[in-house]
Amino acid sequence: MSTEITGATAGVTAQATRGAGPGRASKPRKSDRARAEARLGWWLAGPAFVVMLAVTAYPILQAVYDSLFRYRLTAPDDRGFVGLANYGVVLGDPVFWQSLGVTTLIMVITVAIELVLGFALALVMHRAVLRLRGLLRTAILVPYGIITVVSAFAWFYAFDINSGYVNSWFSWVPGISEDLNWFAGTGTSLFVIIASEVWKTTPFISLLLLAGLAQVPGDLEEAAQVDGATWWQRMKRVVLPNMKAAIMVAVLFRALDAFRIFDNVFIMTNGANGTTVLSLLAYRTSIGRLEIGLGSAISVLLFFCVIIICFIAIKIFKVDLAGARGEK
Amino acid sequence: MGATKALTGRQKIAWAAITLVVLVWALFPVLSILATSFKLPSDLNTGNFLPTSWSWTNYEQILGPDGSAQELFLSSLRNSIGISLIATAISSVLATLAAYAIARLDFPGRKLILTTALGVSIFPVISIVTPLFNLWRSIGLYDTWPGLIIPYLSLTLPISIWTLTAFFRQIPWELEQAAQVDGATTWQAFRKAIVPLAAPGVFTTALIAFFIAWNDFVYGISLTSTEAARPVPAALAFFSGASQFEDPTGAISAAAVVVTIPVVVLVLLFQRQIVSGLTQGAVKG
Repeated sequence: MSTEITGATAGVTAQATRGAGPGRASKPRKSDRARAEARLGWWLAGPAFVVMLAVTAYPILQAVYDSLFRYRLTAPDDRGFVGLANYGVVLGDPVFWQSLGVTTLIMVITVAIELVLGFALALVMHRAVLRLRGLLRTAILVPYGIITVVSAFAWFYAFDINSGYVNSWFSWVPGISEDLNWFAGTGTSLFVIIASEVWKTTPFISLLLLAGLAQVPGDLEEAAQVDGATWWQRMKRVVLPNMKAAIMVAVLFRALDAFRIFDNVFIMTNGANGTTVLSLLAYRTSIGRLEIGLGSAISVLLFFCVIIICFIAIKIFKVDLAGARGEK
Repeated sequence: MGATKALTGRQKIAWAAITLVVLVWALFPVLSILATSFKLPSDLNTGNFLPTSWSWTNYEQILGPDGSAQELFLSSLRNSIGISLIATAISSVLATLAAYAIARLDFPGRKLILTTALGVSIFPVISIVTPLFNLWRSIGLYDTWPGLIIPYLSLTLPISIWTLTAFFRQIPWELEQAAQVDGATTWQAFRKAIVPLAAPGVFTTALIAFFIAWNDFVYGISLTSTEAARPVPAALAFFSGASQFEDPTGAISAAAVVVTIPVVVLVLLFQRQIVSGLTQGAVKG
């Protein structure tokens, strides 16, 4: 049966491969057919496309519009056009700059730690014998699948001065004692927030890196080994250059994700002691204080920050998002 | 790699150590909150990792018929399961159609759709919460299931489209025509040749989408205000103790364990599929 199918396949391959690979360019002669195909394509993909635009493009445009008004839900009749005044208020407020600083700090530290940890994990999974590989993957998928809020509570309760055990376990470490309140200072709070964030999201980055590792040609590495290259030389000269694209994409995705950090901070400190991040500031302004105008301005600024990070990554670091994600 | 050569004794020990470190690293916080969930209120502040006596009190509080947090927790659990499943179903259907078109048909705009999905996936969620909050209040979607399902699509659709497109590109579509040549009808050919190949991809994608919807906190806390629609992550942040003088630590830990169980079960069952889904959508070989 299967041989029959394979035999028949050969006959129709010429027609069938049209959908994949280089034979894609439509020939001008088949314009009717091409038009029908385009119509069908849009009928199928259109709904997803429209939904995606409706749930993001429309709200962000609305936010841009709202940000130009003096508008609080507590006094809706007082609504009036103020131009860019809201942006002036936000940019003139040291709280905004401090949040931007803390957010950037969290982003840089988390991504740096995760890149190293994630790469180590990816190497371990790549090298592990088959039996261990399943066990290791299952274990690291637990943090990936767990709810971020649950992770935040787990880390919070472990370090908390009342319910925690970290202080009594690590009281021999200089600086840690029974009455160290981790959530009373900026540095110590950020330490726990970053720990939870790193624990929860390293699996994701390590799976992206694992996929990158799989693309490194094995014979190149073996050749280097035969030539007497040390482990470190092989890493630096063969493995890393060959998976540069995967690393860049992983870093960019995690950086953008870390820049939006909200859950961990909300649960652990709710922004106390100088740990307010940009997302929390926007949330508090618009949902907490119902200042739609100001909150929208912060939202728009946050959106611009994300665009700037993308721009820097693509223009300066030449991250080829589309290429690395399989679309040529 | 290592499998080609038999492991020496020292290598075996090294691998055992590495595996142990990874396991502890990955599971310790889960064990930590599991231990906390079995502690009595009087046992919470002793500074010990394990409870002195194991107790189901916290679970009775959230699940038992007279539990103080039972109403809050069970309604949020219902909301989370319902909203996440519906959002996953809708995005799976839309993404399957879109990915099929992108992988199989030649039409202008394929790249535009993929780029849009990429753009949406990096969108800061909080940026669209303010306008949605305002709009939902004026059109009556605030604090309702559809009010969360719609924005959840912005989280689940992009990754579903990417992952499924990668999956569908690997399907040998010629099989369909081959089956037709062999005398199968169009429908038979699709059902017998294509569906078995495409179904695992759709299933994996749905699983990943469900994890993402299940994890949401920003929308859940901003667009709901009562038990009518509040999902679990948001409800956890609103837990209070049995009385106002009591810490909700135990109840929150127990609830956290309950909502983590399905995640662990799904991961145990579908480890291979989840990994292939996550890596396929990301970097295609």
